[in-house]
Amino acid sequence: MTAVLELRQVSKVYGSGPTEIQALRAVDLSVDGGELVAVMGPSGSGKSTLLTIAGSLEEPTSGEVLVGGSKLSGMSRNDRARMRRRSIGYVFQDFNLLAGLSAVENVALPLELDGVGRDGARTTGLAALEELGLADRAARYPDELSGGERQRVAIARAVVGDRRLLLADEPTGALDSVNGEGVMRLLRAACKRGVAGVVVTHDAQLASWADRVVFLRDGRVVDQTARPPGAESLLTPGPNP
Amino acid sequence: MSVRHALLALLSEGPKYGLQLRQEFEARTGEVWPLNVGQVYTTLQRLERDGLVESDDPEGEGPQKGFRITPAGGHELARWLRTPPETASPPRDELVIKVLVAMRMPGVDVHELIQVHRRYLVELMQQYTYLKAEAPERDVGLALVVDAEVFRLEAVVRWLDAADARLARLPAAGPVAAAAVPSRPGRSLGVRR
Repeated sequence: MTAVLELRQVSKVYGSGPTEIQALRAVDLSVDGGELVAVMGPSGSGKSTLLTIAGSLEEPTSGEVLVGGSKLSGMSRNDRARMRRRSIGYVFQDFNLLAGLSAVENVALPLELDGVGRDGARTTGLAALEELGLADRAARYPDELSGGERQRVAIARAVVGDRRLLLADEPTGALDSVNGEGVMRLLRAACKRGVAGVVVTHDAQLASWADRVVFLRDGRVVDQTARPPGAESLLTPGPNP
Repeated sequence: MSVRHALLALLSEGPKYGLQLRQEFEARTGEVWPLNVGQVYTTLQRLERDGLVESDDPEGEGPQKGFRITPAGGHELARWLRTPPETASPPRDELVIKVLVAMRMPGVDVHELIQVHRRYLVELMQQYTYLKAEAPERDVGLALVVDAEVFRLEAVVRWLDAADARLARLPAAGPVAAAAVPSRPGRSLGVRR
């Protein structure tokens, strides 16, 4: 299987001279379709920089980013913008929904920006909301939705259409653990359908939803989990009853 | 986990057979805590001996023997439900000691050691979360059991994260001069046991 996202020796430096900050140092990361990867690290470890570079919102100082096998550095500005709209979905901690648009308008927005007709975009947006159990919330505005519902709308917007890469930065934000779990279930389900997912977080509980956890420290990948999750190894030894 | 009280709880719903008790116990704890057959029957024998349950056939044996809870058993169950659980032996104590020891050892990278334990714990959390993720959402029993384990492990990871950050703030210089710690009055908490 070819990687949907590939980072090759990606480094990022902010500033120069004495104020220089090395945010990422020669990071290699490859994420396949159908795989959910968590990047875990403390504040300042470079997690968010990694995500914005992977999402082509920022350029690396050196190294290469490939999405769907194509090098971002070889693309024109327009091609990159089109790829961001069509192939990449973003979920942020604070949801980033537009307050003046209803739930379905928020979800349909990236499609409309990409030239899909209004009715077509709306139909696709409604289908995405329905899939996340939000069909009856379609006409509501963000301030008429609960925190958990808002984040589900944000996820619907991130997966709507034919996205191949889903990038999430602390996506459960300030949600309580049960609502946060709902969000992780949706991200996991999206990846099971073939999307490649990257979640950056400092939270081990969130990271434990991933197929693979990559540990970032001082801008470097220092370690990753070895075993893919499965129930087998738990049931055999088990904690004492 | 008190098998004894779990069995009393199952019997508080009505009389049941030994085999049935074992199956229901496993179903409700999401099969995360498997029991062996012998454990159920020896526990039932002891409960009967203590007058907390009674059987329809005191001489009988095996899975077909029926049990019901006695009034004394009901009292014991109510008392147990409200008794605070034993919290005196946190599992991270061993980890605390390992990190404290590593801090003083020349040639040991404490951050690397912390990462070894962090990875192991996160892998364990992944296994538990996988169980929960694969189970139907209505399986509340399993979700509760898994949540308890995941939150407990998460607390240990958070302790490791905090230790990592604290140690990173120290000026870089060989092993940490922690020799003074246990000798100061009231500072010996970390090395109890």
